[in-house]
Amino acid sequence: MTYTPEKPKTGESSDVLRARIPGWGVDLDPADRPSVPRERFDPTFSGAWWEFPERQPEKYPRERSIEHKFLTPVFGTSCPPKGVSGAIRRLAYRRYSEGRAAHWLLLMAADRVDATGSTLRSFASRHPDNPLTETGVLSEISHHGLSSRLGEKRADLMHQPLDPIIVAAPWVLAGGVAYALGKRVLRRRRARA
Amino acid sequence: MRAMVYRGPYRVRVEEKDRPAIEHPNDAIVRVTRAAICGSDLHLYHGLMPDTRVGMTFGHEFVGVVDEVGSSVQNLKAGDRVMVPFNIFCGTCYFCARGLYSNCHNVNPNATAVGGIYGYSHTSGGYDGGQSEFVRVPFADVGPSLIPDWMDEDDAVLLTDALATGYFGAQLGDIVEGDVVVVFGAGPVGLYAAKSAWLMGAGRVIVIDHLEYRLAKAREFAHAETYNFTEYDDIVVHLKKITEYLGADVAIDAVGAEADGNFLQHVAAAKLKLQGGSPVALNWAIDGVRKGGTISVMGAYGPLFSAIKFGDAMNKGLTLRMNQCPVKRQWPRLFEHVKNGYLKPSDIVTHRIPLEHIAEGYHIFSAKLDGCIKPLIVPSAS
Repeated sequence: MTYTPEKPKTGESSDVLRARIPGWGVDLDPADRPSVPRERFDPTFSGAWWEFPERQPEKYPRERSIEHKFLTPVFGTSCPPKGVSGAIRRLAYRRYSEGRAAHWLLLMAADRVDATGSTLRSFASRHPDNPLTETGVLSEISHHGLSSRLGEKRADLMHQPLDPIIVAAPWVLAGGVAYALGKRVLRRRRARA
Repeated sequence: MRAMVYRGPYRVRVEEKDRPAIEHPNDAIVRVTRAAICGSDLHLYHGLMPDTRVGMTFGHEFVGVVDEVGSSVQNLKAGDRVMVPFNIFCGTCYFCARGLYSNCHNVNPNATAVGGIYGYSHTSGGYDGGQSEFVRVPFADVGPSLIPDWMDEDDAVLLTDALATGYFGAQLGDIVEGDVVVVFGAGPVGLYAAKSAWLMGAGRVIVIDHLEYRLAKAREFAHAETYNFTEYDDIVVHLKKITEYLGADVAIDAVGAEADGNFLQHVAAAKLKLQGGSPVALNWAIDGVRKGGTISVMGAYGPLFSAIKFGDAMNKGLTLRMNQCPVKRQWPRLFEHVKNGYLKPSDIVTHRIPLEHIAEGYHIFSAKLDGCIKPLIVPSAS
């Protein structure tokens, strides 16, 4: 038992397990485990034939962590920073290292500005955001939303009601901004009249 | 081309996007034939990972056919059927030279703490992912592998992350014969980790979750003993009871940033984004493992701080091991296990969703509807 030297026996013997479970113990020897030891020096193993890769052309000023000596030779080109959210992102990268909470909090703030701004801009486009189709919430009807939850002891049922609030927040915010702007424009027009 | 795009927390849609271009001589463009939604994609979907930009295409689990190669590519040609590890890596930096492909230093300008990952925010390099008809694959000479003729495409796509990560998680546990292994989370990675623990000689494998249908899968697929934590006042105490008050030898966190089990922790992390992740499963692992035991962390967490019980971890003399899985390093051995029938990855697939319906796919997976364990995505072009 735990309070004496021997380990408590709580499982089946190895022979029983080998007979019951296909493949039991085939990787018992750590030498058969591909990530043992963790580090194994072999620069040719990957198939790479360069020592330092050729550099990818930088077609716009690519933001990078100040913990890097230089722009990495290869990088993603999805969604370059733009607008207000882009300015916040550039500030986060230019000013703060990854070790600073400010770096990540600014990036999170930029994400929210980006989402709200994109939703607003979408109303002036041919593809306005549609919360019904984009949240996939209609699958609640087609994929047993009720029976997946009813009578189940699921811990997530406690907080799922918060999800619609998170989804609705940018819409409410956008509505508030539109209302305030509209009110101001009306006031000015009345004042002029 | 048609591609999934992120529109903001809990919102995605399919849009017409430009086909990706060759940006570097060692790039390839791959026509995606099968992709998947990963549990860690849900952290992006829920707006938890910093620098997730509107317009980005997610998806780091995909296979397909090479459509075009850059001028310096030697190992692939148009028409090859390939599986692509979720890690983007150069193969020769300090870390890659030592087999740590997930920690490559040459592919992610945005952060030094994480390597490159397809479709996983700019924090992971700003690469579009494979939930689309086409995807740019950098370092085509080192990342992708040909899909063996005998391998099913559904099995191949699951080898690009979920199975490799679960198997890697069991390895990080340093399991020795007869060990009691507890896996927190019966999602895809947890199921694969539980199954892999047996291959490494575990004497007992316990899986803990709150979704009965997933626990049933853990019993059937991974031969595991299972417990629903909602049925116990304190799952850590229960774990002690069933191990003669010793605790497990090895604990694997296969949950990550949105762990349930503590309302305040979950809301603070997953809803209010006040910490990098809800460390409920990790703290249960710390408290549920025996003194001197090992914890393997496979769950993904954000880069912000989390309320982790390091005092207990220190006092118990625990070994904490973790990393993103260096996928390609696992493949030769995993191919053998799949071929021998020890592992059948596609046994956990529950849904095959057309790309055009990806918003429903995300909601079904996120809200755990319809017995969803692993949804695959089928682009219309395939």
